[in-house]
Amino acid sequence: MRINNVLGLLYSNSYDDALPELTNLRTMGSVPFGCMYRLIDFPLSSMVNSGVGKVGVITKSNYRSLMDHLAMGKPWDLARKNEALFLLPPFSAGGIVGNQTRMEGLFGAMAFLQNSKEEYVIMSDCHTVCNIDYRLLMKKHKSSGADITVAACRGTAPNLSCMRFQVDAAQDDRITEIAIQRDPTPDTLYSLNIFVMRKSLLERLAQEALRMGRTDFERDVMQPQVQSLRMHAVVEDGFVRVIDSLQSYYDVSMSLLVCHQSLFSANRPVLTKVQDDMPTIYGLHSSVKNCLAADGCKLEGKAEHSVVFRNVWIEPGAVVKNCILMQGTYVSAGAHLENVIADKNVVIKPNKTLVGTPNYPVYLGKGIVI
Amino acid sequence: MLLAGGQGSRLGVLTKNVAKPAVPYGGKYKIIDFPLSNCVNSGIDTVGVLTQYQPLELTDYLGSGAPWDLDRMNGGVHVLSPYQQISGSTWYKGTANAIYQNIHFIDRYDPDYVLILSGDHIYKMDYAKMLDYHKEKQADCTIAMLEVPWDEASRFGLMIVNDDGTIAAFEEKPKNPRSNKASMGVYVFSWAKLRAYLLADEANESSSNDFGKDVIPAMHQAGERMVAYAFDGYWKDVGTIDSLWESNMDLLNPKIDLDLNDPDWRIFARSPVAPPHHIAPSAVVQNSMVSAGCYVGGMVDFSILFPQVTVQEGAIVRDSIIMPGAIVESGAVVQYAIVAENAVIRQNAAVGCRPEDMRDKDAWGIAVVGIGVEVAQGAVVPAKAMVDTDVGGAVI
Repeated sequence: MRINNVLGLLYSNSYDDALPELTNLRTMGSVPFGCMYRLIDFPLSSMVNSGVGKVGVITKSNYRSLMDHLAMGKPWDLARKNEALFLLPPFSAGGIVGNQTRMEGLFGAMAFLQNSKEEYVIMSDCHTVCNIDYRLLMKKHKSSGADITVAACRGTAPNLSCMRFQVDAAQDDRITEIAIQRDPTPDTLYSLNIFVMRKSLLERLAQEALRMGRTDFERDVMQPQVQSLRMHAVVEDGFVRVIDSLQSYYDVSMSLLVCHQSLFSANRPVLTKVQDDMPTIYGLHSSVKNCLAADGCKLEGKAEHSVVFRNVWIEPGAVVKNCILMQGTYVSAGAHLENVIADKNVVIKPNKTLVGTPNYPVYLGKGIVI
Repeated sequence: MLLAGGQGSRLGVLTKNVAKPAVPYGGKYKIIDFPLSNCVNSGIDTVGVLTQYQPLELTDYLGSGAPWDLDRMNGGVHVLSPYQQISGSTWYKGTANAIYQNIHFIDRYDPDYVLILSGDHIYKMDYAKMLDYHKEKQADCTIAMLEVPWDEASRFGLMIVNDDGTIAAFEEKPKNPRSNKASMGVYVFSWAKLRAYLLADEANESSSNDFGKDVIPAMHQAGERMVAYAFDGYWKDVGTIDSLWESNMDLLNPKIDLDLNDPDWRIFARSPVAPPHHIAPSAVVQNSMVSAGCYVGGMVDFSILFPQVTVQEGAIVRDSIIMPGAIVESGAVVQYAIVAENAVIRQNAAVGCRPEDMRDKDAWGIAVVGIGVEVAQGAVVPAKAMVDTDVGGAVI
């Protein structure tokens, strides 16, 4: 079903600085994740699977890999004649210099917003791995009569500057208080930064903020108006993981080995750029246990409890344990890797050993030869 | 022009509802991906696919041709089915008639040369080189040939080739072969010549309208310049259950020269949307090919798993091909078998048998479970059997 009156807006660079290793050369949205995806695939697929037919992607910097990945939007069925996928790079107008904050992203996207006919907007960041049915979110938004609905999660808040909510359960989880903190406080209701509201409201809020010189959506817009606007939280209890550091990137990746079924739902498939790799080959003496692997690999050695991306080659006699090996990693015979995150095209030469610990994984940058 | 209308009756239940070129091969491909990808990689951007038998699956699969980069402003992929005309409607009577009925399609592009391919072979070939050879030799017809082992030669259409590359004689599956140079079913024709011969062939009422039987012998007899183009590489006809099984297994043999991951010669396919595959802690996977969306909890050895296949804990799959969406439940044993799409092998069932476990070697063969067939708990599908209805459980 296509819900044509909802516009999607994605922030591809949100919280880049939380993951400096992986976002040094790319946006948060184009960080490789889960063997064959990039983080933007999750919110983008959620939108498409919920019937959203027009999506704007707000970018800030280093978005070459993102453009390469999204291209015309074909894998998401967004390569249409009209109204489909729009890349919104920094747009400097009215003294604002490009997409540094959520609000500045909106200023830059103002023309895009105004030219869209949709009645509602869903905004999302890219640092949250989840597969949410936005139709339910829309339904709750309409039934509660909220001005703004925010998806939230209960638990230990991520180590990021993001909103924590106090809600009134008697009033259908209306938000009564917003705190903006950085600490990973346990057992709070924290924002997933997925917002639903009328497009007209978003335009009005953005214009007001622009006039007043306010640039922070959460601090300058949401927090002061918690009484004057009806804001509701919708608690998500499916697979929701926020990536706030390299450590959490590692932990969330590893958690897929246990509960990937809850993320890769058959009804709401996660869509990604199509590759033409052949299926993965397991060698004569390969010993692979508890791994997730993409196509195009050649696994001839030993791999255990690892996440293996496309075109990874593990030679006979190599040992890989608790690792994340991104696209094109080559592990030579006799090498031993434990608790390692290897970025794209890393080469491990014969008999090299690299061992991190589960709470301090070793990160190898793109293309490094060891 | 890609001939894809054949039924492939020797593939039995696998081609009950689909044409042979749409039969799955090699973990994520269909047979037609090979000639199509070869075309694209050779720089051919206009391809007519001639369909007749059960075209739905194939037509769906081809779609706009985008997976092969054949959704073009001019040219691209065209599905050519038999159609009604003022003079009535006829099915494609033979391979030559299929091309004859589409002369107007070819004329539309006004080509100098036409490449005729068939949709039932697995190989990687640069047709551009063959075309260069055709031009260099100033030939009217160039036929790709492959040297086959002498003891197998009598299964093929053979050519006796002169030293200058011209063809001296043809022999169709002779008992005592005089040559081991087999035709691969890949032809380059100069279009003007072929067009004339197609018209003549159609006018000849005694003709069976077949390239191999009628058109090519007629050209040869009339003294047209026919040359053989030697091809050296992997090529396999996958027209039978045994050859389909063998050709799939060849992908697991590192000594066989068929690299599907060559970045310079990609085999394109319409990829399914499926998450990465999961190898569970209990799994043992060796010398096998595993595709996206699979779950392996049991033992998989010398086998090919297509996308979305489930092999539960305690199941054993050996020397087999498991096609998309099939499920092998715990305790089931699948050996030397082809399990077609969405088939379900229930707990403790047994499909196929190893040749070394058979007393009567002649009774041994690959077992085939048809599309969507359910093999009940504890049931047995013996070697060489081919089932296309559900198989009941054993009576205890």
